[in-house]
Amino acid sequence: MKDAISQFAARCRSCPITGLKIDPTASILLRLHAVVSVVCLLIGGIAALLLVLTRWEAVHLLDATWYYRLLTAHGLNMLIFFIIFFEMAVLYFAGPIVLSSRLPAPKLGWLAFVLMVVGTLIVEYYVFAGKADVTFSSYPPLKAAPNYYLGIIFFAVGALIVSLQFVATLVIAKKEGAYTGSMPLVTFGGLTAAIIAVITLLHGALIYIPTYLWSLGLMNVDPQIYRLLFWGLGHSSQQINVAAMVSIWYLLAGLTVGGVVLNEKVSRTAFFLYILFISMASAHHLLVDPGMGPAWKVWNTSYAMYLAVLASMIHGFTVPAGIEMGQRLRGYTNGIFEWLRKAPWSDPGFSGLMISLVIFGFLGGITGVVIGTEQINIIVHNTLRVPGHFHTTVVGGTALSFMAVTYYLLPLIFRKQIRMYPLAKAQPYIFGIGITVMSVAMTFMGVFGVPRRHYDSSFSNALFTADFNPVVYVLQAIFGIGGILAFLGLLIYVLIAVASVFFGRRFDPANPEASAGHVPPGVIKLPKQAHEGGERVAKLHKTGTPGTVVLVIIFFVCFVLYYFVNWKSLAFIWKIG
Amino acid sequence: MSDESMHSALVGPGSDWWKPAGRQEKIWVTVSFIWCIFMFAAMPFWHFKGGQNPSGTRGKVDPMAFYARTQKFIEDYSVGTDQGIPVVEPPAGSEVYLLGQMWMWSPVLKLKKGVEYTIHLSSLDLNHGFGLFPVNINIQVVPGYDYALKMTPTEAGEFKIICNEFCGIGHHLMIGKIIVED
Repeated sequence: MKDAISQFAARCRSCPITGLKIDPTASILLRLHAVVSVVCLLIGGIAALLLVLTRWEAVHLLDATWYYRLLTAHGLNMLIFFIIFFEMAVLYFAGPIVLSSRLPAPKLGWLAFVLMVVGTLIVEYYVFAGKADVTFSSYPPLKAAPNYYLGIIFFAVGALIVSLQFVATLVIAKKEGAYTGSMPLVTFGGLTAAIIAVITLLHGALIYIPTYLWSLGLMNVDPQIYRLLFWGLGHSSQQINVAAMVSIWYLLAGLTVGGVVLNEKVSRTAFFLYILFISMASAHHLLVDPGMGPAWKVWNTSYAMYLAVLASMIHGFTVPAGIEMGQRLRGYTNGIFEWLRKAPWSDPGFSGLMISLVIFGFLGGITGVVIGTEQINIIVHNTLRVPGHFHTTVVGGTALSFMAVTYYLLPLIFRKQIRMYPLAKAQPYIFGIGITVMSVAMTFMGVFGVPRRHYDSSFSNALFTADFNPVVYVLQAIFGIGGILAFLGLLIYVLIAVASVFFGRRFDPANPEASAGHVPPGVIKLPKQAHEGGERVAKLHKTGTPGTVVLVIIFFVCFVLYYFVNWKSLAFIWKIG
Repeated sequence: MSDESMHSALVGPGSDWWKPAGRQEKIWVTVSFIWCIFMFAAMPFWHFKGGQNPSGTRGKVDPMAFYARTQKFIEDYSVGTDQGIPVVEPPAGSEVYLLGQMWMWSPVLKLKKGVEYTIHLSSLDLNHGFGLFPVNINIQVVPGYDYALKMTPTEAGEFKIICNEFCGIGHHLMIGKIIVED
């Protein structure tokens, strides 16, 4: 053990900006996971563009086979490969790097990475070869080639190893004195994500292993039980995303404006609520399913009285409040909103953080809670309102926060300047606006009854047609334009990331000023991360965060209005019970 | 809040961080919690007072048995065909059977406005989605399960059943019909 520690001390390098010691294997693995993640993002993004150009009936680009095939590819590349590879990179950052610890088992890290890559390649092959046209959710008795399920299992085992290694890192870091006291909040959030990942992946094993055996003809899988366990994987994995995203919000708040944690107890309790109530996440996918009764649906869909929603509402206050307090500590104390007006809006780390926060909270959060209400789900289930909702949580929220943190990881971890930095400044805005426009259009189409995952809403060769309100065709065009804009934002991000990693000029952390204009301002001069108590700080404690109070009041009013509008429109439909 | 030091989320908080929250945080957490309890209570409330609940009666059924039951239902009350699909006019208030299969809904139903029917939904093969257009009632249809929902049409007209769960390459061709008469 002593040997391992001294070897680590000899091998690791120290970051002059953050003062963190960096384990070389953790650093390489972090970079590899991030690079593969971006490749998957590009594949999923190209698929997304083609899908948008197909559902926009005026263009209707693909044929039906390729529409459904790319729908499958899009879901898997985005929701599984891009996001989980990136989350594994986040775990390497939040664990060994933030704690300045060594990696307990570097070889295991390599094994996990290889498993995940092999799993990904298998799945990609079977999807693009047309042997798995089953969409992301692959509900039996719809069947893919057996190896498709095997590929997912490989990937999941790899991710499970990374998550467990992260937990092991926390243990040895404490034992070897890499840090004293409690771990930083960013790491605590990473731990939340890792624990949820383990729960999620166990659900994955519970469902994908039987499904694999079923595809080989060795056992039966009940379609309803599949739906229950699949969403134990499929939705809980969105809760990994949320925990990772919220951790990144806290991280970026610190890096960009010296944002503080107002109260560790409140923020940590909120993370803990995610863990406690996560396994109930299946329920709101099954609200209009025949397999479960109302009591089960009501209790589970609300995550036991909406306690996980409470957690997100808490972070929705504490993150902007931490940013506001950070700005006030930097001297922006005039009025209610000077901190917001004089924020570094041209820093893509900061603008990405704020846009992600707003899209996730106002659009994703509110719509999610409302459409996940047992009865309201009747007017929502499987319409375009569903993808309209989750593109504002997982794309506008999570993916955008991952993009934003990339602009800090490039110099701090990859030691590269950012190529085309002026374009990077605009990227979060382009992507955020595109996703918002697209998702809002999808939501309204869903209100008009347009189904999701549907090739032809004109029903040109069908027995009957559904005559959609003409507004739907206008909304399709808006959806198309938003989708193209979001794709452009994604493409700019991928280009910048690839160009910087492979062709970027070196970022010298000993002399960050030399990279001015090519890295975000927080990298050149890291805002103060800790403030001693004193008269000035005491005064700020007293003022609190009035700007954030105004913002959450606006949020709350929107939430309540949207909630009652939906009950009202439910009351207009046929009686059903 | 106290006048103690502040730090970012990148800095460890030491060992003693279980401290009272500030007044603004406390108020927000309280308001949020009350709202969460309210939303929770709204769902059971709607079961007692509201007219739209996805409760129904639910049970397992052999897909072939459900198919046979639907055929009998069609024989009993058939009044013609529409695009080759039997049109069925069941007595007011009766049990109605609607079968989803790749890629059609059968039969076409002829219902009376303001009358309550018990509509049994199931599938012969894959998952399908019952999406009543333009009312926007959406119900999951799972093979092996009989989902019997009491429905009362509140308006006359022609309604379509769009399949909204992916069920293979012909999914977008799967559309059925319900006619409601005054």
